[in-house]
Amino acid sequence: MKTSMSTANQPSANPTAGKPVARQQGKLKAVNLNFYYGAYKALHDISLEVPANRITALIGPSGCGKSTFLRTLNRISETIRNTRVEGQVLLDDEDVSNVDVTTLRRRVGMVFQKSNPFPKSIFDNVAYGLRVNGFSGSLQEAVESSLNRAALWGEVKDKLHKSAYALSGGQQQRLCIARALAVDPEVLLLDEPCSALDPIATAKIEDLLFTLKDQCTIVIVTHNMQQAARVADQTGFFLLGKLIEYNTTEVIFKTPAKQETEDYITGRFG
Amino acid sequence: MTLRNRWRKVLSFVMLSLTGVCAVLAVAILFLILGYLIYNGGRSVDWDFFTKLPKPPGETGGGMANAIVGSFQIILLATVIGLPVGFMAGVYLSEFGGKTFAFLVRYMADLLNGVPSIVIGIFAWTVVVVPMRHFSATAGGLALALILIPITARSTEQFMSSVPQTLREGALALGASKWRAIATVVVPAAYRGIATGMILGVARIAGETAPLLFTSLGNQYWSLGFNQPTASLPVMIFTHAVAPYEDWHRQAWAAGLVLLLLVLLANVAARLILSRGISVQK
Repeated sequence: MKTSMSTANQPSANPTAGKPVARQQGKLKAVNLNFYYGAYKALHDISLEVPANRITALIGPSGCGKSTFLRTLNRISETIRNTRVEGQVLLDDEDVSNVDVTTLRRRVGMVFQKSNPFPKSIFDNVAYGLRVNGFSGSLQEAVESSLNRAALWGEVKDKLHKSAYALSGGQQQRLCIARALAVDPEVLLLDEPCSALDPIATAKIEDLLFTLKDQCTIVIVTHNMQQAARVADQTGFFLLGKLIEYNTTEVIFKTPAKQETEDYITGRFG
Repeated sequence: MTLRNRWRKVLSFVMLSLTGVCAVLAVAILFLILGYLIYNGGRSVDWDFFTKLPKPPGETGGGMANAIVGSFQIILLATVIGLPVGFMAGVYLSEFGGKTFAFLVRYMADLLNGVPSIVIGIFAWTVVVVPMRHFSATAGGLALALILIPITARSTEQFMSSVPQTLREGALALGASKWRAIATVVVPAAYRGIATGMILGVARIAGETAPLLFTSLGNQYWSLGFNQPTASLPVMIFTHAVAPYEDWHRQAWAAGLVLLLLVLLANVAARLILSRGISVQK
């Protein structure tokens, strides 16, 4: 974390960063959330409100629970056996455990750390979510518009029916974003989406996040503090399964309230 | 060079040579069998072999057309039962199995895999032949299906499990139900491996003799449908080889050659499918 000093002193490039969190309507809320892998408690009493149409970043060292937290938001955490959730996650004030899980995941999309295109054509990858959700309109149009939203259309329009594996790593990750966007999610969860990408591909995805803000609420887990500073309106800092501090990105990076936060962002540990 | 160094070099050379000789020996056995079969059976594999019925003892000529058709009948029945059941069981083990039950099923499947095939034959005889009061292709097909099920289940499970978890999560995260994610993402990603396992399984049962001896028995004539004693290549080889007639021995060699070539063909096909690569990027 050798560059974090300079990060902390730079104002965020994001124009909406710094607006108070409290005024935004809470799209997604965690209320006293605990999470267990077997007997191991991975999340301790997390309460956090994600405002609508904003980018929320979750930062923290490896194993701090930020990805685990993200995965409880669309209940994909349930795919791992022997896990247990206590507390609530509310989507538009409705407890997600009462929402049909396939409906929930259509409304709350997810992009993973490692790009995971299906072993299918580019077209079929984007169309997948539409097909499983019984989409009845023109697949062709929907696929084109999703690829456009993910800023990938121009690069793939002549090879839509080629295997998705023929794309570069950055393109594959944008394909996964296009695939998630195709079903028009209200919330988009991104779990370290740029960790395997070079700076150019990373910049493309960050640009993309800005353009998506109007259409959906974004929660991004990232290892990269500069990335959080660049893209996020508000930032939460996780440590050892606890949410240490949650505030606007500007406050977190300039005047954090907690000593642990300051230690982390200035690179004293982590 | 010191004595010790020289000794080490000699020992290394001796051990290396020993492993090499054993490796050549292992492969040579296949070529020895193949060569022997071609030498003895090659002359007897003619058009008649594939089109004519066996001749009574003492007469020369004839073929094993009924055994070829019978073998296909029995294997078809075994495949129609064994592959779907084995496949579904494999999917269950890989995707749905809990801890205890899946462990038990997996363990039982491995045990069943290790049961001597003659015991499977006795079992099929007891539950099918005895109640029906006659030998039949149905009994033979069932016996072979019992062998095919655990093979298919375990190989399907193995290839499904090797599909990365991230693909399942990707499909689930788009709102696919678990079954949909398996059917449209996991199985397509693993289909080459699954198909290979199935072909190898069918090739394995194609050569089984013991389970057929007292289930489908054998027949010197055509069998109609699945309800009569039915000739099959492996049993035909057995009966012809132990019979005291020179011409039957010749036919047995020919049948051995045809059976071996069929099994080799299936193996090569399976390797070809698999060598085109697992269709998932790691």
